[in-house]
Amino acid sequence: MMQPVIRVAGLGKSYETAAGLFPALKGVDLDVRPGEFIAIMGPSGSGKSTFMNLLGCLDTPTVGDYFLAGENVAHMDKDALALLRNRTLGFVFQGFNLLPRMSLQDNVALPLVYAGVDRETRQAKARELLAKVGLGNYAESLPNRISGGQQQRVAIARALVNEPRLILADEPTGNLDSHTSEEIMRLFEELNGEGITIVLVTHEPDIAAHCKRQVRFLDGQIVSDQLTGDSA
Amino acid sequence: MIHPMLGEAWLAMGANRLRTALTMLGMVIGVGAVVIMMAIGQGAQYAVQQTISTMGSNLFIVLSGSFTTAGVRSGSAGAPTLNVADAQTIAELDGVVNVAPTHQGTRQLVYGSQNWSSQVIGTTPEYLDARAWSIVNGAGFGDSDVRSATRVAIIGKTVAENLFGDDDPVGKTMRIQQNPFIVIGVLGSKGQNLDGRDQDDTVIIPLTTAQRKVFGTPFLGSVRMIMVQAESAETMPRTMESVTSLLRQRHRLREGVPDDFFMRNLSAAAESEAETTRTMSILLGAIASISLLVGGIGIMNIMLVSVTERTREIGIRMAIGARQRDILSQFLLEAVMISFAGCLLGLLLGLAIALAINAFTGMVIVISGSAALIAFVVAAGVGIFFGWYPAQKAARLDPIEALRYQ
Repeated sequence: MMQPVIRVAGLGKSYETAAGLFPALKGVDLDVRPGEFIAIMGPSGSGKSTFMNLLGCLDTPTVGDYFLAGENVAHMDKDALALLRNRTLGFVFQGFNLLPRMSLQDNVALPLVYAGVDRETRQAKARELLAKVGLGNYAESLPNRISGGQQQRVAIARALVNEPRLILADEPTGNLDSHTSEEIMRLFEELNGEGITIVLVTHEPDIAAHCKRQVRFLDGQIVSDQLTGDSA
Repeated sequence: MIHPMLGEAWLAMGANRLRTALTMLGMVIGVGAVVIMMAIGQGAQYAVQQTISTMGSNLFIVLSGSFTTAGVRSGSAGAPTLNVADAQTIAELDGVVNVAPTHQGTRQLVYGSQNWSSQVIGTTPEYLDARAWSIVNGAGFGDSDVRSATRVAIIGKTVAENLFGDDDPVGKTMRIQQNPFIVIGVLGSKGQNLDGRDQDDTVIIPLTTAQRKVFGTPFLGSVRMIMVQAESAETMPRTMESVTSLLRQRHRLREGVPDDFFMRNLSAAAESEAETTRTMSILLGAIASISLLVGGIGIMNIMLVSVTERTREIGIRMAIGARQRDILSQFLLEAVMISFAGCLLGLLLGLAIALAINAFTGMVIVISGSAALIAFVVAAGVGIFFGWYPAQKAARLDPIEALRYQ
């Protein structure tokens, strides 16, 4: 059996609030193996966003362990986490989050800048990935010249540019109409078909249906974990 | 790493051109003011130093004393208390480079149909050495001319122009007090002295000739004034003291009897003027650098606004792997670039205005590489100093909060 990309054990996160310590996540266990395509679901306040921030190495847990590609990252310092975000993870956001002043090519190449890759390689890699998501002709355009769906494709190209072990997508279709959402989900399915592991947060069952596995959060805990197609 | 960041900083500066330009304006004015003030200040110092150097360096004069007749005091150089022998013994003292006894006054000069009133100085050949005065045409006179009181004259440029016009004065004969003098040399130009007197309006003749034919003298060999050149500014006070004690000894003055001569330090006056201009330019520079400070605060202000505006961008960059130091250097670089660009423009503006001042007012200005260098170092310093806090603020943002920022 292959080593899991993600292994989470007893992961908990509490926040200081005026009313006292608030536990947003209460001891979560989860394994994600290479090549999986998982939907994280749950209502607002269920802890799924907190969980995604922890998976994305944007935050550190209060208790528990998080092994990313075999490495315990729960207590790493900020620079080490930045390195993981750069090399091991790829992010896709609801709001696309492209930098408005940069060409699409430069947007896609940006993670490579922080990885210290030379200019030639950066540009070649960025063009290759733009072509892969079907936007090869828009390399020099600015983000505001293309549609939302196209922007999300660019964001996916950016997430892929450093050949990450894992793509984390936070409601990637939240700002898109249903037709475009379908297109984006097909792109994810395609990428997953190539062996890329994807963890996707959504509250839409239609979207979750594209994933192979669905994990449901409620009140800071996982309440169900089933393969798509199983009876609910 | 720095290379792509330069491009990004340039993009960021271009994103809000008006704001960047206004922010830079603070630096432009600050650096421009510093450059102008330094150019003018150094120009004033240079002008004073030029004047001092034309006067001759490390000079002091000994004047013969005053006398009192029926309650009327004569003023300095009234009494014939100094003589040529005094000058000769002063020349033998340690630390004395040149000694020139002089006798001077204003006389009418006549050449052909032209006449001109000028300062006539009777002295020895050492006078020209002491004042570092060169002869551009013809030659000077020697000790033999002084011994035999020949009627030769060296004339300044102003005299040459007024008396001889376009003619070559060398070899011509002019008259001073009805006595014919052969012009043997023309002096190089020295311009005005600190009092604004034209130093080129001068005729120099042998001391003995001056005393016998031009001014007359109560006792043969007495002189009114001895010019002394000391080795250096440092040894000057000591040299002045030894001249004093030598003269007191030679004049047989007992303790308690006042000196029968006066001494004046010519360099001291000039140096105090130089000191004044130096203080002035430091003061002006200080005022100008306050505007640099204000410019720096402008940069800090705009960078703080920029960090707030670009919070989301910072969050995105952090999410895709920017470390804190990447964000820090990005914003710092932007601040330094604004500062540098402002500095460069300020430098050009300052130079242009300084040159314009020179062209329209004729004021001496000195543009030195060190002034430009200082301005640049200060600009970089201002950029880093005032850019640090906003950049630090950006680098310390929490990526989750920053991503959520609308």
